[in-house]
Amino acid sequence: MEPLKTHQGLVYPLNRSNIDTDQIIPKQFLKRIERSGFGQFLFYHWRFDDEGNLRPDFSLNNPKYQGASILVAGENFGCGSSREHAPWAVQDFGFKIVIAPSYADIFKNNCVKNGILPIQVSDEQVQYIIRKAESEEYQLTVDLENQVVYDNEGFKVSFDIVPYPKVMLLNGWDEIGVTLTYEDKIAEYELSK
Amino acid sequence: MHTPKNIIQKIWEKHVVHQEEGKPDLLYIDLHLVHEVTSPQAFEGLRMNGRKVRRPDLTYATMDHNVPTRQRLVINDPISKKQIDTLQENCQEFGVTLADIHHPDNGIVHVIGPELGLTQPGKTIVCGDSHTSTHGAFGSLAFGIGTSEVEHVLATQTLWQAPPKTLNVKVNGKLGTGVTAKDLILAIIGKFGVQFGTGYVMEYTGEAIRSLSMEERMTVCNMSIEAGARAGLITPDETTFEYLRGRRHVPQGEAFEEAVAEWKALATDEGASYDRVVEIEAAEVEPQVTWGTNPGMCIPITANVPNPDETEKPSEKDEIKRALEYMGLEAGQPISSVKIDHVFIGSCTNSRLSDLRSAAEVVRGKKVSPTVTAIVVPGSFSVKLAAEKEGLDKVFTDAGFEWREAGCSMCLAMNDDIVPPGERCASTSNRNFEGRQGNGARTHLVSPEMAAAAAVAGHFVDVRQVSAAQEVR
Repeated sequence: MEPLKTHQGLVYPLNRSNIDTDQIIPKQFLKRIERSGFGQFLFYHWRFDDEGNLRPDFSLNNPKYQGASILVAGENFGCGSSREHAPWAVQDFGFKIVIAPSYADIFKNNCVKNGILPIQVSDEQVQYIIRKAESEEYQLTVDLENQVVYDNEGFKVSFDIVPYPKVMLLNGWDEIGVTLTYEDKIAEYELSK
Repeated sequence: MHTPKNIIQKIWEKHVVHQEEGKPDLLYIDLHLVHEVTSPQAFEGLRMNGRKVRRPDLTYATMDHNVPTRQRLVINDPISKKQIDTLQENCQEFGVTLADIHHPDNGIVHVIGPELGLTQPGKTIVCGDSHTSTHGAFGSLAFGIGTSEVEHVLATQTLWQAPPKTLNVKVNGKLGTGVTAKDLILAIIGKFGVQFGTGYVMEYTGEAIRSLSMEERMTVCNMSIEAGARAGLITPDETTFEYLRGRRHVPQGEAFEEAVAEWKALATDEGASYDRVVEIEAAEVEPQVTWGTNPGMCIPITANVPNPDETEKPSEKDEIKRALEYMGLEAGQPISSVKIDHVFIGSCTNSRLSDLRSAAEVVRGKKVSPTVTAIVVPGSFSVKLAAEKEGLDKVFTDAGFEWREAGCSMCLAMNDDIVPPGERCASTSNRNFEGRQGNGARTHLVSPEMAAAAAVAGHFVDVRQVSAAQEVR
């Protein structure tokens, strides 16, 4: 996993609440046994019509958002299925950061395991960012160490993150490798059962 | 004196392997259920790092999502086939027990765990599937995980988890006649919203919960995730112990009685508190039908589809509008006037023997509307056999239903059972998200009884009136 310390990028706003993982990656794409290549299927039925043509009215297809790396959405982002294919698709499409007022627990966890930072800020702050990104080419900078998001016009908001995912993301650690160093504790627990 | 604890806190504390400052708890996992869709990348991760499955004896695999329900051994889609074959190879390589499609124990992972007695009170249970919350019906702490966590559990039999907040969902009084566990859980999500459980583990309590059978409890706990809670559980009681007694993987004889004594001690202590408590009156719950594109968008069968202009929050207004448009419904129309094209009775929510019995009672001696295609998909091979032994298959096929093989099937349409674009399905499953049952498909979540009644009528009807009419005759 790549360490994530700071990131600057273009914002893509998706002003909808309760975006479920079936929308992020529809089930017909869950049959692959690889971990890569899911970006092409991100928001598939919103991006493409039944014939597989791009839907020009869906904002992610707007060329002005090409290269966006910060996804901003409404509350309860990533609800529903536990499929990790959802963050794999988000990441493979090019997003490194998600910003929303709230997340489904499993999705949030899955993001961190893959080096994506899910930032939680207030609904008002999300709406501000969405309005800016809808009206102009809007760049944000994220500083994970100092837990702030800011633009170059004076907007700045700090966010909370619990220490453990923060340190995992900053260092890009392999969690299993870390846990295996606790082998004696695990073995001891098993003996005590 | 000890601080009084609730059941969630008790199970948690028994499973903490290690605690240290600045980290979540390292939690031991007693049972890891595995299926074909969310495991291939996890096994591949082990292989790439030269790691083993730490406790194959605590790991149990099945295949359910891709399994065909017409001819279960004929998998036409080569990518589905590959996923099924991959699980077979992985289980062989890593020494994991597998109930493959030929195996008599095969079925939906959340149906077979309880059937085999793998699911037990007080256990920590995980699976790469959000409906793992189902197993909470037995008083276990059971939650869905992603593929990275699947790999983590395979390698270490543990997970780093922050202790959850606890939420008591109190269901007072008794459910009315013709009102099911499915209606109850839909009504709870409808009342409190699709994210009121986020960050919590829920415990369902109250008179109405205590009087539910194990299969009904599984229906309730199954949909905890639709309220945002990774896990929802019910304190085990005599109903639980009677269900488990004699099942293959539970302790037998005297050891069972010892286990029961331990399980009884899990009950929430008097005076224990929760981070949050919500209450609902069971008597006020009516049969539910979802009208929109998430499970919280549900109304009683007697009600009308909501009008976006009558809601106060502007964000909600847009959501309702978009949902009505997707669902092809008019604001204010009675939900009972909505005509359906498909009926699906199945899924980890409602595919157990009692679900099939209830639905069969509604359709016995009647015919499915000529405009409706209706299928019944039992939750497991063993449910299918038990139902056939009682002649339920005959009741359904005489009425015009198709009687299928076991699997997840049309709940998420990863196999060939797909609702075509624009068509409408009364479904006993758990999610009415856009495209869930097929691209452009319109899903209405209901109980098995309501689905059966809708199959006969061709539109939604109040099953309480159907049953009343049956009794008069």
